[in-house]
Amino acid sequence: MSDLEQFKTEIRSWLEENCPPEMRKPVRGDEDMCWGGRNFEFQSEAQKVWLERCAAKGYTVPDWPKEYGGAGLSPAETKIFRREMAKLGCRSPLSSFGIWMLGPALLKFGTEEQKVHYLNQIAHGEIRWCQGYSEPGSGSDLVSLQTFGDDKGDHWIVNGQKVWTSYADKADWIFCLVRTDKEDKYRGISFLLFDMETPGVSTKPIKLISGSSPFCETFFDDVKVPKDQIVGELNRGWDVAKYLLGHEREMISGGGLGDGSPSLGAKMTGAIGLNGLGMLDDQILRSELAQFDVDALAFRAMAEKFMDEMKAGKGHPAQPNMMKYSGTELNKQRHELVMSAGGSDALEWESEASRGGKKPREWLRTKANSIEGGTSEIMLNVISKRILELPDN
Amino acid sequence: MPLFLDDDQSMLQDSAHEFMRAEGPVSHFREFRDKNCKDGFSHGLWKQFAEMGFTGILVAEEDGGLGLGHVETGVVLEQIGRNLTPSPFLTTAVAGVAALNYAGSELKSQYLPGILSGDTVLGLAIDEKAKHRPDQIAMAAERSGNGFKLNGQKQFVIHGASADMLIVAARTSGSVGDADGLTLFAVPKDAANMDVDPVRLVDSAVAAHVKFDGVEVNADSVIGEVDQGSEVLDALLTAGRIGSASEMVGVGGGAMDITVDYLKERKQFGSPIGSFQALQHRAAHLYSEMEIARASVLKAQQLLDASADNAGLYVHVAKAKAASTANLAVREGVQMHGGVGMTDEYDIGLYMKRDRALSEFLGDANYHTSKVAELHGY
Repeated sequence: MSDLEQFKTEIRSWLEENCPPEMRKPVRGDEDMCWGGRNFEFQSEAQKVWLERCAAKGYTVPDWPKEYGGAGLSPAETKIFRREMAKLGCRSPLSSFGIWMLGPALLKFGTEEQKVHYLNQIAHGEIRWCQGYSEPGSGSDLVSLQTFGDDKGDHWIVNGQKVWTSYADKADWIFCLVRTDKEDKYRGISFLLFDMETPGVSTKPIKLISGSSPFCETFFDDVKVPKDQIVGELNRGWDVAKYLLGHEREMISGGGLGDGSPSLGAKMTGAIGLNGLGMLDDQILRSELAQFDVDALAFRAMAEKFMDEMKAGKGHPAQPNMMKYSGTELNKQRHELVMSAGGSDALEWESEASRGGKKPREWLRTKANSIEGGTSEIMLNVISKRILELPDN
Repeated sequence: MPLFLDDDQSMLQDSAHEFMRAEGPVSHFREFRDKNCKDGFSHGLWKQFAEMGFTGILVAEEDGGLGLGHVETGVVLEQIGRNLTPSPFLTTAVAGVAALNYAGSELKSQYLPGILSGDTVLGLAIDEKAKHRPDQIAMAAERSGNGFKLNGQKQFVIHGASADMLIVAARTSGSVGDADGLTLFAVPKDAANMDVDPVRLVDSAVAAHVKFDGVEVNADSVIGEVDQGSEVLDALLTAGRIGSASEMVGVGGGAMDITVDYLKERKQFGSPIGSFQALQHRAAHLYSEMEIARASVLKAQQLLDASADNAGLYVHVAKAKAASTANLAVREGVQMHGGVGMTDEYDIGLYMKRDRALSEFLGDANYHTSKVAELHGY
């Protein structure tokens, strides 16, 4: 038996022994996800146990080095690990902006002390992070941000406002872009980390068209940030920010994979019914769903290729922008089709049958996919400039 | 196995790239088109394909081939697509060999050596109407003496008039639509009562309408088993479909590249037109779709080579996605070239014509999209 086959057998038996049955049921929504953090209320004992067991083995971040809380798995082992998780239907033990966004940036730009300290906290789900990027006047033109950190010797005093801060009201710490030099547009930004309980930080949830409020406005009023809480060099935070954006875009592109089921059309047969030929009883919708299934399965292959290439150091560095563009457009289309197939049932906003309007709320939520983390139009700009090398106007 | 080419496959890609660029570029295609060549391809180039080892990729090692898989034929076909290289590679060394691999030793020894040496050309007589409907094959093969007598007609038989042998799908029992009862025959070009009528297509390839009016073949010409031809036909169709998907990725990728180059060169309003966001966004969208199409094709090929259960599904996905994406590439290509895109002088229109023929070959995007729905039970 090869080493990888041996590994696969070991992982499989570990998962079978350690993943509680409740954690092998499909995730129904945000309420089933474990976000960790100081104030997180576990949905069940099983959810808590699953996180603890995974964290103890480094399996919340299997490909991170062991000294930072990972399991030190190779790309091939990580792929096997994720496949075995998927085969058994194991839920992800921990969902975390720390894992998806900040972690990779710390691994690349952090000091050794920062890595040991923050990465271990992230891996164990002890600290929940939020992202302070966008500002009211700085959306697509992010680099124009105005939140200012005034140098006071051993610390900065930060003043300003962020917006679209996901889960700021639930997060423990923030990674935040702050202007530390007003003269230099690109090089005057620093990447700071600070505790959301620091005096002067306040948040205000924004009510969205879906009725929920995952995003906040976040205000900084004379917030004191010690100098050792900077990642990367002073005034070079834009490099960290861009690198992290690549990971954020990669994360958002995952929406294109849906819930992992092989066919949206197959899921719609219950709602629409089949005709005598065994075909969906709405020919136009059938062809739209079939076209969608082709696109979704092709995108799934792309996602696998993208991950394999990134792990092997191949592929264009701007490729996450392509993934983000394609994945989010696909996800929006998926939910348009779900609404279309659902008919008037899918309009119910509060009934028990609709589980509190899950379909329409998710449909509305997905409209943000092609805006957050860089709009589709910005993605297309980046692809045309960095990959196709088309000239500037 | 990671979803990208391994080192050996990358080396094959490099050599196929160099070979097509040097020996079979678009100018080669134009040359054969313009002299109105009756075959539509160069026999000399076909011999060179064999010298490169390309024609033996799917032939088993014990039969003198390389014993490689669909990833490798795809690597060659993508380069063929990029260069519009005319050749009988897809019908002969890919789909044809996939069927012959089911044949007995006598048929194999009759045809494989000629394919390995680049002397033999095969045609595929599958379609009977303008649209690809392999489950509606009606052509009859009745037992007659020690063999069979074929009656019916086929069309869209690419290289049919140049082929040394036609692989003919016919019904030996049962009725139209049955899974059992199909048989595949190897019919030599000089068979009596077979009328081969060549016709040039929009992409300058030559296909044939073939009439079988009591064509007698002996029992040795059966590929595989009588009445059990579905499996052989599936292998042929699968190889041909995924192969044409690779070629379409090449056609689409080639069309995209010359279009992006044109966007950088052509100036209007004092600037390269590629600096205009209206065109940048369309080019970037096309790039994204091409990447996804290429990934879906490679995924299907890897699954086929690993004999995975869901390989069949992914072949339909790949053919559908490659067809719709290559079509997008050539349509956007002609439009973004503007007026010169309509001229014969520029290559982009040639890509549009080739794409149209390839997407129709062994089932268009609609056919394969519908199959994806069928396989998922809707």
